[in-house]
Amino acid sequence: MSDIVKLDARRLLCPMPVIRLQDCINQQAPGTRVEITCTDPGTLHDIPTWCRLNGHRVLATTEQQDDYIFLVHKDADAS
Amino acid sequence: MTIKAVALISGGLDSLLAAKLIQQQGIEVVGINFFTGFCVEGHTHAIRHREGSRPKRNNALWVAEQLGIKLHIIDVVEEYKNVVINPRHGYGANLNPCLDCKIFMIGKAREWITQHGFDFIITGEVNGQRPKSQLRRFMPQVAEESGADDLLLRPLCAKNLLPTRPELKGWVDREQLKDFNGRSRKPQMALAAEYGFDDYAQPAGGCCFLTDKTYSVKLQDLWDNRGRREYELDDIMLLKVGRHIRPSSAFKLIIAREEGETRYLSGYRKQFQTIKTVSHGGPLALIEGAQLDPQQLELACAITGRFSQGRDAESVEFEFSDHNQDLHSVNVKPLRPSQIDPEWIIL
Repeated sequence: MSDIVKLDARRLLCPMPVIRLQDCINQQAPGTRVEITCTDPGTLHDIPTWCRLNGHRVLATTEQQDDYIFLVHKDADAS
Repeated sequence: MTIKAVALISGGLDSLLAAKLIQQQGIEVVGINFFTGFCVEGHTHAIRHREGSRPKRNNALWVAEQLGIKLHIIDVVEEYKNVVINPRHGYGANLNPCLDCKIFMIGKAREWITQHGFDFIITGEVNGQRPKSQLRRFMPQVAEESGADDLLLRPLCAKNLLPTRPELKGWVDREQLKDFNGRSRKPQMALAAEYGFDDYAQPAGGCCFLTDKTYSVKLQDLWDNRGRREYELDDIMLLKVGRHIRPSSAFKLIIAREEGETRYLSGYRKQFQTIKTVSHGGPLALIEGAQLDPQQLELACAITGRFSQGRDAESVEFEFSDHNQDLHSVNVKPLRPSQIDPEWIIL
């Protein structure tokens, strides 16, 4: 199992967390997992939507206090 | 050969319909959306209404999902500064450089199609719908100055304009395009109904803070007091949050209006001097400016206290964090409303 790439998008408002995730995912090989931590509740919509549109998967979404943590799997190179 | 078009997706109805019209002609469409820092729909909502409210969606992503297309969100914050600070064609009613903005975005789309092997560009523009940037007489100028020239197709009003390369080459059937014009939204709404789109964002898009008078006043104040026209992303984000009060040219207070704003401003504690009400419930205030002298600090606390639950108390205790994040306790009587000079309040 490959390591998880971690991104901190706390305090950023949408669409900035999505841009951070997009730019990171575009640099990764298929199969990579990226964990992004956000505080904007809008990411609950936007990150799963962006993943669906671009052919990636949200493996898990967890809430810890004020943080929303998404574990995303990069599927085939969709960029 | 598959013909591919990139659609500028703002998240409004027009870009949704424009992309759909082209998609229906068998063209492969991909969306791009530019993040300037000012296209910040949902930001205030995200800051201020956290508990118990439904998170606000990003409309550009929603539009892409309705169309079933990929969406690339492109960060243009740095490049966009020059558009805001030095607009060749000037501002609109506020600090909105709409014509320069349009030229910039279509120019970026032109670069994008070259880099990615796409054939042409679509926008949801309708001639006459908005002052300046969508006036018919400016449309050829936008196409020319952006470098897009005849690769720019505006499907919603194409029949009012000269044919573009996609039409002349037969990639797109001009007869299936539209001749919308003017400010009426009825044709767009009828077309949306025809396609079965509902729940779309506010008519005519429009999510730019620079068209907002209050926001523009705050940005101008920031430039005036710094003595130079420049900004960073954090500057323009903070202009959307809190009460902005400038009791002297030496400093400005940004005072949270409710808990969500306090939480958001807390993220900036290490970058600013801050005042926190200790003895009563109250907001967090950021102080933008040089290190406060004792008199300025007293005034800043007295103003902040005005917006705390101790507003009528004889003395309120504050915790002041200076630029080195050293903490100081301050006791001050809050100002009465009549003692706050209306000139201090940046609308």
